[in-house]
Amino acid sequence: MTAIANGTGSTCRILVVGIGNPDRGDDGFGPLVVRQLVGRVPPCVSIMERTGDALALIEDWAGRDAVILVDAAAPGAKPGRIHRIDLLEDALPTELSLSSTHAFRVADAVGLARALGLLPGRLIAYAVEGASFDPGAPVSPQVAAAADDVALRVAAELRLLEEELVGDAAHA
Amino acid sequence: MANRTIRVDYIARVEGESALDLQIRDGRVTSARLKIFEPPRLFEALLRGRGFAEAPDITARICGICPVAYQMSSVHAMEDALGVRVDGQLRALRRLLYCGEWIESHALHVVMLHAPDFLGYQDGIQMAAKHGDAVRNGLALKKAGNELMRLLGGREIHPVNVRVGGFYRVPGRAELAPVVEGLKRARDIAVATARWVAGFPFPDYERDYEFVALRHPNEYAINEGHIVSNRGLDIAAADYDSEFEERHVAHSTALQSVLKRRGSYLVGPLARYNLNFDRLPADAQSLARETGLGPVCRNPFKSIIVRAIELVYACDEALRIIAAYEPPAAPSVKLEPRAGVGHACTEAPRGILYHRYELADDGSIRTARIVPPTSQNQLAIEEDLCEVATRALDLSDDALRDRCEQTIRNYDPCISCSCHFLKLALHRE
Repeated sequence: MTAIANGTGSTCRILVVGIGNPDRGDDGFGPLVVRQLVGRVPPCVSIMERTGDALALIEDWAGRDAVILVDAAAPGAKPGRIHRIDLLEDALPTELSLSSTHAFRVADAVGLARALGLLPGRLIAYAVEGASFDPGAPVSPQVAAAADDVALRVAAELRLLEEELVGDAAHA
Repeated sequence: MANRTIRVDYIARVEGESALDLQIRDGRVTSARLKIFEPPRLFEALLRGRGFAEAPDITARICGICPVAYQMSSVHAMEDALGVRVDGQLRALRRLLYCGEWIESHALHVVMLHAPDFLGYQDGIQMAAKHGDAVRNGLALKKAGNELMRLLGGREIHPVNVRVGGFYRVPGRAELAPVVEGLKRARDIAVATARWVAGFPFPDYERDYEFVALRHPNEYAINEGHIVSNRGLDIAAADYDSEFEERHVAHSTALQSVLKRRGSYLVGPLARYNLNFDRLPADAQSLARETGLGPVCRNPFKSIIVRAIELVYACDEALRIIAAYEPPAAPSVKLEPRAGVGHACTEAPRGILYHRYELADDGSIRTARIVPPTSQNQLAIEEDLCEVATRALDLSDDALRDRCEQTIRNYDPCISCSCHFLKLALHRE
């Protein structure tokens, strides 16, 4: 886990996690997106990167009002296609299983957190269909282009989330 | 039905990729093959020509679950080759880091990977609905181990702070203080976990294994000691090759390690416990007895209890080390490259991990050899599968398949390390 921006303030607690390994082709999508968010998000937003160990996500989102996960999905029928999934409402489609070479996948972390009552208030995933996950390969052009688009969409969603959460707090 | 074929194409809840083929003819198990098809990873060749100082960071990449084991065996072997001994608080910090890995790895296996076998769940996520407290406990234990890894290693997976000669940076006392309360809670949770798993239903199965583990004059061995067995083996790591050899088998991309004169042997928690019960503190011995374990346990299914006892031990040991910690004057000892050969064996969570390096004058690596614990346990796993299946032939194919998978998970195999995941094919004819 690498924290690349620590959110400040107590009005909202939002976390964005870029999941993936930058040294494995399109698996680097998550880190590529969240690095673009630094300096472009509300101050209450924390940003981190995580590789491997999806179970640790449950620790990461403890006490958070909202969490956005950014990850690559494989194999992709259409590399670069973007999916936004509200994980509190919808299960990850099996054909869009967010990739992991380890025993526990993001879907497992969500399932376990749901069973244990440890889900954050909101949990959204942005997934992009990948083309290549070869060791040492760069991010494919289609997925790199999608990263720019997803960074804009996540930044916009973070601003809306902040407004909603601060509003909720003011009316509480 | 005289002949049966049962197949599991992918063994779940193990690290890496493998399968099992079980052949049953005329009511007899004729073969049990652990087919490891994880691609060979060629780390030993990759190390040739690299500098001695690069070994801990390169070999850590062999495994995301037990990177510290690879770092520790590599640094000890390099220090052996360079004629340097690292002692005092640097040695203690290494042991503390290793405790972190034992806690993280054992917690994951005991609660999330192995417990579902005994309670009849497909996985830890299904189990969480009925055993939420136990799963929360497992996650809390894992977190305590991860905290130590992060604090001493810089991050919890593939730590970056270990170097030949010591560390790049050592913590101050104040940096270690915040983990103490978490470790005390983890210790209580580990005790509760040991009592929980002791109540599981265990198959009535024992085998007369040759147990192989490290033994130290006055510690429950982790980082150093002689390689000993219950059949008289007692050697230094430098003599490893005189007693052990690796063999290629056609059905596995991992080499199988055997004792040259006696064949299969078992490494890991069960071996450590059986050969070092007298080295456990009185509290841990007492808890072991309370959970029904004697000083020797030959039932591999009860390895889950032994892992829980080791969880308690690792928490206690970590707390002891932190209480006695005084920052060393320097984070590492000075090293001069030289030609030489170095050997080391340390206790990875799954058992002994042997490294041997030959260095050139400039400290570059001429040859490297790494023997991971799962390579050493492969033959014992296959023999267990034969025995366990033979005694359970009256089970349905599904139940027999589950029992075989449970048998494999007794070893917490790390297939990626051994090549180095699991398909199970059961053939009844």
